[in-house]
Amino acid sequence: MTTTTDSTVVRGHERARGSRHVEPRVIVRYPPDQRANHWITVIAFFLLATSGLAFFHPAFFPLVVFLGGPQWARILHPWVGVAMFVSFMILAFRLWRDNIWGQGDTQWMKQIGDVVMNHDDRLPAIGKYNPGQKLLFWVLLGAMTLLLLTGIVIWRSIFGVYFSVPIHRVAVLLHSISAFVLIASIFVHIYAAIWVKGSIRAMTRGTVSHAWAHHHHPLWFRRMTGRDEVHPADRDRPV
Amino acid sequence: MSDQDIVLRSATTTPPPQARRHIAEVAKLIDVSKCIGCKACQTACSEWNNLEYEVGTNTGVYDNPHDLEANAWTVMRYFETEAKDGPNPGALDWTIRKDGCMHCEEPGCLKACPSPGAIVKYANGIVDFNSDNCIGCGYCVTGCPFNVPRVSQVDHKAYKCTLCSDRVAVGLEPACVKTCPTGAIMFGTKEAMIEQAADRVVDLNERGYRNAGLYNPAGVGGTHVMYVLKDAANPQNVHLPVDPSISPMVSVWKGITKPLAAFALGAVALGGFLHYITVGPKDEPVDDDDMDPTVPDGSEPGEDAYRERIDHAAADATRRSL
Repeated sequence: MTTTTDSTVVRGHERARGSRHVEPRVIVRYPPDQRANHWITVIAFFLLATSGLAFFHPAFFPLVVFLGGPQWARILHPWVGVAMFVSFMILAFRLWRDNIWGQGDTQWMKQIGDVVMNHDDRLPAIGKYNPGQKLLFWVLLGAMTLLLLTGIVIWRSIFGVYFSVPIHRVAVLLHSISAFVLIASIFVHIYAAIWVKGSIRAMTRGTVSHAWAHHHHPLWFRRMTGRDEVHPADRDRPV
Repeated sequence: MSDQDIVLRSATTTPPPQARRHIAEVAKLIDVSKCIGCKACQTACSEWNNLEYEVGTNTGVYDNPHDLEANAWTVMRYFETEAKDGPNPGALDWTIRKDGCMHCEEPGCLKACPSPGAIVKYANGIVDFNSDNCIGCGYCVTGCPFNVPRVSQVDHKAYKCTLCSDRVAVGLEPACVKTCPTGAIMFGTKEAMIEQAADRVVDLNERGYRNAGLYNPAGVGGTHVMYVLKDAANPQNVHLPVDPSISPMVSVWKGITKPLAAFALGAVALGGFLHYITVGPKDEPVDDDDMDPTVPDGSEPGEDAYRERIDHAAADATRRSL
């Protein structure tokens, strides 16, 4: 590992010669292995959510096609579930420290109205993850743990004989509820990525612009760059 | 029976076919007091349905096989207790109950089943598994208040008594009924079987079985397999649930939760879309000028320099595209 700056702050693509056009300078948010880790989790989630919803409500039953039809969906769903759990846990192990509730987080949460209405200038400065992201992280962690535990109980072809019918009933209900929470949370997660422009490239290219980092995650930006610049638009923002 | 006789179909939210009417509900009546435990019904079931279970081990009880299996759809269960009433109070009371699917009027298996058409209930009351549509999840086991369905570890399909729906469809009685040597198993319209049971209960009462009665539990809307029990007040003595109903867990899971969760997910998605359309996105902020080395030292970085640079960039882009 060389200096922090070398590994995390990247100059944008070479600017066109003889032009004053400047590509935004970027900062690394997710290295390649974390991006791969994230997208493996995404693929597993997609297959699980579709097949799981199919087993949950007849309206979604056609979604079994993504795992190859009704029976294959039943066969593969638990295996994909284990894959998602393992994949997510690896990611969670690398990211959990940044998701510990911090000082300004409760205040940020109280101002969720300002967040939703895009009054970013009124919000307290935050680190790598905002409290909404942190909450999502812990909800996902809890939901996936519960899904794994209850999923083992209702994995009938392997573990069916070890658990009684009443335990199956509790497990299948908890599995549904935690899956609902997980899917709804992921809907919010996806929307947030669409809503906050400049976010998606963090997971596709690995980088975000300095301005993005500065605006949305100023404390993280400072930590990564050792700089204390303030974006013109942010000058009157409480820090 | 035709598809047009299906009155309930698993994982289906549209109404069943309704043109046909006036199909009499059938029922099997098992008179426990007349059963001698010969297992002819088990054999007849295996023969008619071409089932063969593994030869098990003798553990000192008559129950063989020990439990219902994917290829053992009916099992005689033997109970040795002390008679509390009847002709010889205090004597050994050897009660044998033929166990199997109860063909509930409100089947928990069907309610729990996620696969459209894998479980159906016919107008005559028979609840049948359609193996072609069965996906092997075992939700029917979770839904059943009587612990009847068994998922095969070979083909991962769920199985249970069909009430010989193939025989009944062509006017025959189920195989077990046909073969029972003492007439302990009877078959007919549900109405006739309830009448028959009432006669039997009067007879048993006269013989001293004060609590004799019909087991046709209301909690599942009644069943199409009913028992005449010597002690109907204590069905648990022959391992029957006292007041069976679909578990509240299953009712919540496959009841209100289903539409509520589906609606909520739709609402979350719609909410996101509407937020984007009304409030709008958080636009990506643009780089600071003080990060831009083309701005001369000492000049105040600010919005003006910003706008100028963006204008230049736009002009460049326009020139390139021409």
